[in-house]
Amino acid sequence: MDAFLVQAPGSYTTVQDKGRFGYQKMGIPVSGVLDSFAGSVANMLVGNPEESAVLEITVVGPRLAFLREIDVALAGAEMGATLNNQPVNCWESFRVSPGDILRMQQVKSGCRAYLAISGGIEVPEVLGSRSTCVGGKLGGCQGRPLKKGDILSCGEGTLLDVPRRLPSAWIPRHSPEIVLRAVPGPQDDFFHEEGLVTFFQSEFTIGTDANRMGYRLQGPSIPHKEDMPGSIISEPSISGNVQIPADGQPIILLAEQTMGGYTKIATVISTDIPKIAQAIPGNVVRFEKVTLETAHSLYMEQKKFGGQVLQ
Amino acid sequence: MSNGLYETPKIRVVGDRGLLVEYGDRIDPVVNQKVISIAIGLEHDAPAGVIEIIPSYRSLMIVYDPSVTTTSVLQESLSSLEKRLPEIEIPTPQTVEIPVCYGGEFGPDIQFVAENHGLTVDEVIRIHSEPEYQIFMIGFTPGFPYLGGLPKELHTPRKKTPRAQVLAGSVGIANEQTGIYPVTSPGGWQLIGRTPVKLFDLERPNPFLYQAGDRIKFNPISLEEYRRLAEKGIK
Repeated sequence: MDAFLVQAPGSYTTVQDKGRFGYQKMGIPVSGVLDSFAGSVANMLVGNPEESAVLEITVVGPRLAFLREIDVALAGAEMGATLNNQPVNCWESFRVSPGDILRMQQVKSGCRAYLAISGGIEVPEVLGSRSTCVGGKLGGCQGRPLKKGDILSCGEGTLLDVPRRLPSAWIPRHSPEIVLRAVPGPQDDFFHEEGLVTFFQSEFTIGTDANRMGYRLQGPSIPHKEDMPGSIISEPSISGNVQIPADGQPIILLAEQTMGGYTKIATVISTDIPKIAQAIPGNVVRFEKVTLETAHSLYMEQKKFGGQVLQ
Repeated sequence: MSNGLYETPKIRVVGDRGLLVEYGDRIDPVVNQKVISIAIGLEHDAPAGVIEIIPSYRSLMIVYDPSVTTTSVLQESLSSLEKRLPEIEIPTPQTVEIPVCYGGEFGPDIQFVAENHGLTVDEVIRIHSEPEYQIFMIGFTPGFPYLGGLPKELHTPRKKTPRAQVLAGSVGIANEQTGIYPVTSPGGWQLIGRTPVKLFDLERPNPFLYQAGDRIKFNPISLEEYRRLAEKGIK
């Protein structure tokens, strides 16, 4: 069922779901929505299960012409969307008819918007997921970002009886200064105490090299112990790993990595990954040290909160 | 310790969802075999809440759901698995033959590799295609095998400037490693040949030809043979 035609793709728009699990050992990254909260909420707003595929829209939004009557919702970054030149709000659903045009501008706050449609975006499942893995050229829309002329389909879905909106108390605010809670390790023992202190007490600026692979940060250099190398025998990586290569400048690894050969001083907790997803170059990052126990209780709290929001 | 195996594995915390378990301090077939055996054992009887088990050179990562399991439960599973390891049946690794057309336009760096070691191109081909290489791990791109056992005579540093595009099927050398690029990607390895075999093909019922722990044997072929196989679209 054709859902919409891409008249303009935006700067980097991909189909993503919750991710592709079980294939990292084959060199295939997890992929999936970077801001899992916004992705799930967008689905909830149109009545989809949270694992349905959505569009992840980065910095500059697309122009879409709808081909059937469906419900649509936007969540995450605010991109000044209009439907037939009338403003539509983020974090609430709206009905579209064939011929309606959704225009999205440049991001006003945040970095990534999520667009969900009734029935979810229907692309073939590849290795158990609809997520686009651009590096592996698989999943999503032919393994690549959307381009002009693409026609995307929707799955079976039912139209809402009444529009839905997220209560404003639950809408995350995107700040240009973020605090990322992180558990030290896996290689915190490769750093001096003062290196760890510098890491957890300094401000870092997000550089221009920031994408789904990772975010490069600029700030005070974090030196390794004199007798410890910056590079290690390559090992699996996970979203949130903070690598410190030989130049001492941190890189936060995200969803499109499988292996890495640099020491990781700390790992951002899963609850805070959406904050990175909504950060843009020039934003300021601080890391706050938490224990594994704290990280796990925050995880459970977030899960409970998510359950409440998605009801 | 002479083979680099730790007496007890070193456990490292990786955020709120990962445990990294190190079995040794170096790239070594014995250490890697241990990693692979534990990974197979864990997969065979995965504890609840385990999302991914990813073996690598000398460590494996367990990705878990913290709402289902805890690190202490996982560590207990690991040590009980370690005790049962001798009884666990590890399938015999399969050897996958990969035909390679060496040199020419497919192997633009083979001359450099040869000169670097005072060898002829034919000697490079002979030495490279002799061993059965152990697949230590798969990563970087879908199906990229990191192979151990490259003869010392061929150890060659990476290219100073990586290529923006290395075509799928390219066979390369980087220091003591050799490997094959399964999909077209950027890359800095010295390229010595290319295979017409699709290492990763979603059209096949099993898109992958091998897994970590298997062996790869390169089989030199002529350009004509390469073209014939490529046309046939061998799977």
